[in-house]
Amino acid sequence: MSDTPAIELINVSRRFLSPDGHAFSTLKDFSLTVRRGEFVALVGPTGCGKSTTLNLITGLGHPSSGQVKVFGKPVSGIDPRIGFTFQADALFPWRNVIDNVVAGPLFRGRAKAEAYDKARDWLARVGLAKFERHYPHQLSGGMKKRVALAQTFINNPEILLMDEPFSALDVQTRVLMHEELLRLWSETGAAVVFVTHDLEEAIGLADTVYVLTTRPATIKSVHRIDIPRPRIISEVRYDETFIAISRRIWADLKEEVEAGTLAAA
Amino acid sequence: MSTAGTIAINQSEIIYAPGTSDAEIEAAAIAASRRHRLLVLAWRLGILAALLSLWEGAARSGVIDAFFYSYPTAIAARLCELIVEGTDEASLWYHLWLTMEEAIIGFFTGSALGIVCGVALGRNKLAADIFAPYIKTLNAIPRVVLAPIFILLLGFGLWSKVALAFVMVFFVVFSNAFQGVREADRAMIANAQILGAKPWAVTTAVIIPSAMSWIFASLHISFSFAIVGAIVGEFVGARYGIGFLIQEARGVHDTAAMYAAIVLIVIVVLTAEWVMTRIENRLARWRPPPTQGH
Repeated sequence: MSDTPAIELINVSRRFLSPDGHAFSTLKDFSLTVRRGEFVALVGPTGCGKSTTLNLITGLGHPSSGQVKVFGKPVSGIDPRIGFTFQADALFPWRNVIDNVVAGPLFRGRAKAEAYDKARDWLARVGLAKFERHYPHQLSGGMKKRVALAQTFINNPEILLMDEPFSALDVQTRVLMHEELLRLWSETGAAVVFVTHDLEEAIGLADTVYVLTTRPATIKSVHRIDIPRPRIISEVRYDETFIAISRRIWADLKEEVEAGTLAAA
Repeated sequence: MSTAGTIAINQSEIIYAPGTSDAEIEAAAIAASRRHRLLVLAWRLGILAALLSLWEGAARSGVIDAFFYSYPTAIAARLCELIVEGTDEASLWYHLWLTMEEAIIGFFTGSALGIVCGVALGRNKLAADIFAPYIKTLNAIPRVVLAPIFILLLGFGLWSKVALAFVMVFFVVFSNAFQGVREADRAMIANAQILGAKPWAVTTAVIIPSAMSWIFASLHISFSFAIVGAIVGEFVGARYGIGFLIQEARGVHDTAAMYAAIVLIVIVVLTAEWVMTRIENRLARWRPPPTQGH
């Protein structure tokens, strides 16, 4: 049982209909396996179908062909073991911080007192204990992301999907958030699929980096990141191995980015 | 809606001498914003006084016909008289209360049903597509043409005016609620679903709160629409109410009474508007304060 992978995408294709009625593919013969507890990063040119992949895993989107499995079972509907962190700010702006964090357990029918205790615990873990009563608009970008992480982690996800979650943050805040994420993740042992277009972010965080081709996306290459954990993100980028890996992946990625730019032009 | 108190003053062009303390700068800013408020208030009162005296003077000197246009002091006097003596049929308060009752019942039923229908159709694409042409057609009927029909159906009493106020309100609130539901943020809905929300919880926890600012925008105008419905209904056929009072005053060429009734209604609508803004501000505490442009 425990050696069934957390996520399997087997020869998945996904076609969309454009507004003028033409079908176009965002994914083609796409295969990906994520082991339990593995941290996977998907990098690829902008708009190549990285987010589509995540939607297929959540069950919010369906493959046109191929199979998507979560813990060995085909996806049908939203799996409660999945957590998702969005690129955009998806907090509920009319709820204060604690009411945002408590949303998951309450939606899942937990008792109120228990849910709030748990939410306080998670807010303390992300260092926002003093901001319970603040509304999202009163927080900085980094603080909002911490709330989003607490909101996701409180459901104890076994699979964590992250769609460019830190792309809107400034560089310094982003590094702090990377360290925060790795710390929280190491305590839970969830499988992570982290979508990004930032190569250094991918290498710094992940066990395995998949480089995707330009649309329709398939997997171009797979890179294992043999940098020991725990990693300190602010220092790891000056590591020899990091630079070597970075150079190798960039060579792959560059071809695709250039191909994407040419196709767009 | 914005009051003089909320207008920010552009301080950027003021250059303070080196060594000015924070306290001094703050004091200067407070004084400046106070001066600004007083200036605005003075201008407002000045313009009001000028307009009223112009009207008064023109009517008294015969530039405009006082019989048709009346004048402020005559209107004020007639208003006092109405307040004290009422009309032949009933006291002024009874007329006013009846119109208010019609408008309030129409407003609450119309907006409640408008919100329910708007949210229901906004959440259900199939139903929305099916009903779209019906709603468009019904919406194309100018509401006031229904007044004689409602009077025929429901009589001269309260309910024909309630019905008219209802249809005035319903479509405005409905279309705003519908639009508000459609504009709800996709990422936020997906977030709620993945966190574990079932469809009903998505509606109550995400859709309705995010449509709330759209709905409130429609409620602001809706109350005055409800008043329009009630008064038009009374014009067409009634025994009491402000619309009836205006109609009757017209019959005896009592222009001052007609204007007095208008003043009364304006006060009522402004009060309702103020109450609604208070409620909205309470409900929308989560919203960031509006950014002030210069």
